Amino acid sequence: MAILDAPTDAATDSGSRAERRWWQLSGIPPAYWIVGLILLFMPVVASGFVLSQLLAWSFILGMIALSLMFLAGYGNMVSLVQMTVAGVAAYMVAIFGTSAVDTISLGWPWWVAAPVAILVAVLFGTLSGALAVRTEGIYTIMITLAIAAAMFYLVRQNYSLFNGFSGLNQVSAPVFWGVNWRAAVPFYYLCLVCAALSYLAVIYVKRSPFGLALQGVRDNPRRMAALGFNVTAHRIAAYAFASLIAGVAGVLLVWLNGQVSPGTIAVGPAIDILIIAVVGGLAHPIGPFLGALLYVFLRTFALDVLVSVGLAGERFQLLIGLGFLVVVFFSSDGLLGIWRRLRERSRRDPLTGETDG
Amino acid sequence: MGRFAARHPIWSAIIVLAAAVLIWAIFAPWPEALEDAIGRKKIFLNALFNGITLGALYFLVASGFTLIFGLMKNVNLAHGSLYMLGGYLGYETAAATGWWLLSFVVAFVVVGLIGVLLQVLVFRRMEGEDLKQTLVTIGISIVIADLMMWIWGGDFYQILTPAWLSGPIDLPLITGVSRRTGEYIYLTYPVVRLVILLAAIAIGVGMWLALNRTRIGMLVRAGVDDRDMLSATGVRIQRVFVLVFAFGAGLAGIAGVIGGTFQSVAPGEDTRFLLASLVVVIVGGMGSIPGAALGALLIGLAEQFGSVYAPTYAVVLTFLIMVLVLAFRPQGLVAVRR
Repeated sequence: MAILDAPTDAATDSGSRAERRWWQLSGIPPAYWIVGLILLFMPVVASGFVLSQLLAWSFILGMIALSLMFLAGYGNMVSLVQMTVAGVAAYMVAIFGTSAVDTISLGWPWWVAAPVAILVAVLFGTLSGALAVRTEGIYTIMITLAIAAAMFYLVRQNYSLFNGFSGLNQVSAPVFWGVNWRAAVPFYYLCLVCAALSYLAVIYVKRSPFGLALQGVRDNPRRMAALGFNVTAHRIAAYAFASLIAGVAGVLLVWLNGQVSPGTIAVGPAIDILIIAVVGGLAHPIGPFLGALLYVFLRTFALDVLVSVGLAGERFQLLIGLGFLVVVFFSSDGLLGIWRRLRERSRRDPLTGETDG
Repeated sequence: MGRFAARHPIWSAIIVLAAAVLIWAIFAPWPEALEDAIGRKKIFLNALFNGITLGALYFLVASGFTLIFGLMKNVNLAHGSLYMLGGYLGYETAAATGWWLLSFVVAFVVVGLIGVLLQVLVFRRMEGEDLKQTLVTIGISIVIADLMMWIWGGDFYQILTPAWLSGPIDLPLITGVSRRTGEYIYLTYPVVRLVILLAAIAIGVGMWLALNRTRIGMLVRAGVDDRDMLSATGVRIQRVFVLVFAFGAGLAGIAGVIGGTFQSVAPGEDTRFLLASLVVVIVGGMGSIPGAALGALLIGLAEQFGSVYAPTYAVVLTFLIMVLVLAFRPQGLVAVRR
């Protein structure tokens, strides 16, 4: 479990230093201001394609990976079912709301369909979690993988509820307050707000008594049980919280794609989420978003890169797989780990070898 | 057996009753009322036999997986890729030479060698770090899957059965009574599936004997129980590890050839069989060969009966079995004693 150890917060320690400059009065590090401003003013410079197909997609995948990061990083439970939770929410939006298949869709207004969809996804994720927390380590991975696969085959075979192989299409994002949330710029802001909220929620929960207890359970479940904490309940509650984030992301996902099909929740995408979270880094909630951004850029531009070096464009999976292997082999805590190591190296005094600050 | 009957008289009665009903359902011709209720007997028998043979195939894949896990605690999520590679290699050998049996040898040897490479290059570097093993083998399986896609494309490959094995055979099992002549109709079943079932049973029994009656099996069992103590007694445990890994991987290769003969080899089969072996091993109990056999039989039967009698929910049935087992016996049906 070496990957999950050492959850140091590189981003927060600069704010806790005794002397603060005037621009640090708020306690928020300047990097956050810069990134936030860039993201806020992105629509001024970026095209609709960049906004919806690159950035919004990164935020959505990042949220799903964030839910996995929360479970793995703070609870030591590597769950492969998070993509399925998002997929359940996506399917439920299509089933309760409107889609082209009007024999299945119930046509509820979005403000009923979306919350109910998220609720169902949370229920599904919590039940999966209740099953998975009976086991530890590699067994959790296996069981969540089996749940994800069972759900995939169920959705593919069932025509009366999930419309089988073709799935449900023409699911459109709602129009309210006079804004068409389907359009690139509003949808970008919607995803940005959801991603930021879930990021802040994870940070908040991590520092809350529940989050601290969860990290205690991660580090020593027997001691926590002896102290009177209900280890199983904490773990299941962690699944419920993570499912909430994944469920919201699932609703955004179906609004972005306009459709949901068994391919959305196949084993491949479920593993992609794990790859995103691990490559980004499981030590801090920003990792999954970095990983998602990298993944989406690779996925979008790998074809051109591969063709330009003389390979067929379809070898995208090979590139992803090899990159993932390299990251896991050499830096077990992902991009964040590489970043932290570089920072430590630059801070180290060349004479004494000690780090200052 | 007797002790179980003494301790759980009600359970024993239920089991005996169920077995009697099953035997009657298999051997006796069905009355028409029953056929009207749940369909013809031929369908039932076919589902039964298909389930058993599918279980045999699952057993071959899952036993290699569980053997490797049981002894070395190595989590090889690239096991499905080894299965699929065996299938492709078997297809190529059979297509090039025309010898079906040779394809088993080639698949066993080549995939076994890849297993040795995996053990030496990957698993030996990250012993005891099971999460890292999981991640690395997932990465490896993605790479292998894409390489195979590159070489063999997205087509379906079916390994042709040799002439002496193709065609059906009459089994001494009555499927019904002919309405015109009043004679019994017997079940016809593909020979190749029966031969493979026998081969799987032979391999299973051979593995059990090798594990329980030979010196190498003794070392393997001792290694499962207490690896450190075994290496302290001077056994070169790394060599045992490599052997077992090669054997387990080779089994996956053989299963690939069988799967390519039964069904076909195509992209996506690797995850299907990886998951099948995960479920089988979870149901049966990690690291136990009899557990793998029991789990494979259960899952194979559930899948076939499910797809005959409840096609939409076939997978749910498999999943339900897994959930029930996890709920009541989280260590699996045949748990390894610790």
